[in-house]
Amino acid sequence: MEQKTKISAEDGKQDLMITREFDLPLELLFRAYVDPEIIEQWMGTKVLKLENKKHGSYQFETKDADGHVVFQSSGVIHDLSPDSKITRTFEMANTPFGVQLEIYEFEKLGDDKSKLNMHVIYESAAQRDQVLKLPFAQGINMAHNRLQDIVSKLK
Amino acid sequence: MNLRRDVFQAIADPTRRAILLLVASQALTAGAIAANFDTARPTVSKHLQILTECELLQQEQNGREIYYHINAVKMKEVADFIEPFRKMWDERFNKLETIMKKYKPK
Repeated sequence: MEQKTKISAEDGKQDLMITREFDLPLELLFRAYVDPEIIEQWMGTKVLKLENKKHGSYQFETKDADGHVVFQSSGVIHDLSPDSKITRTFEMANTPFGVQLEIYEFEKLGDDKSKLNMHVIYESAAQRDQVLKLPFAQGINMAHNRLQDIVSKLK
Repeated sequence: MNLRRDVFQAIADPTRRAILLLVASQALTAGAIAANFDTARPTVSKHLQILTECELLQQEQNGREIYYHINAVKMKEVADFIEPFRKMWDERFNKLETIMKKYKPK
């Protein structure tokens, strides 16, 4: 079966490539990365700050039901060309993953088809591999979040 | 043992991935593992059974208790953990696509 999302991560390298084709016009795909309200919907995090311009910066934050901050990420936008490319850094606060450089390329494939190439470069190969293992950790967070949701409904 | 159990199928489930992460640092009893989840105890037992059947977990008798620990050899077969990572992005992108298909410019 053809996979819509592909990951290419060569052994021992400190970068990876994520590619995805969307049944969306290029403009709508790009908008999903620059409109704070839309980012909040699909990323599931609050957008505290987002300056969509060269030398701009951004800050995301997620809180649990009790208002405790459970996730914080931020970075600077090195460069941005509308409907084409975003180059930015990304770092999750309070994690050992370090900072990563992200290069997003948005490509038009047709009127209602577009493609995202996301090139991510980590500080080291070891750090990249740590991030690749992250979904394991998120499994735990999801279990905890569900617990918190249920507990808060009981109150 | 059911040899037809697929390792990737086993780790496709978030609770099972969380269980693997838990026991990665230390061997734990079924009770200690279950205490970490909001899922019902029999459900956790079922997850442990599946993980044991596909040899990602191993059981070890210690006195009256059975401890579960990670089978490092089998874990290595799980192609660098890339599949769960890919799935995570795939789900995220699916959400983006669904939201943008409904999107009406203001």
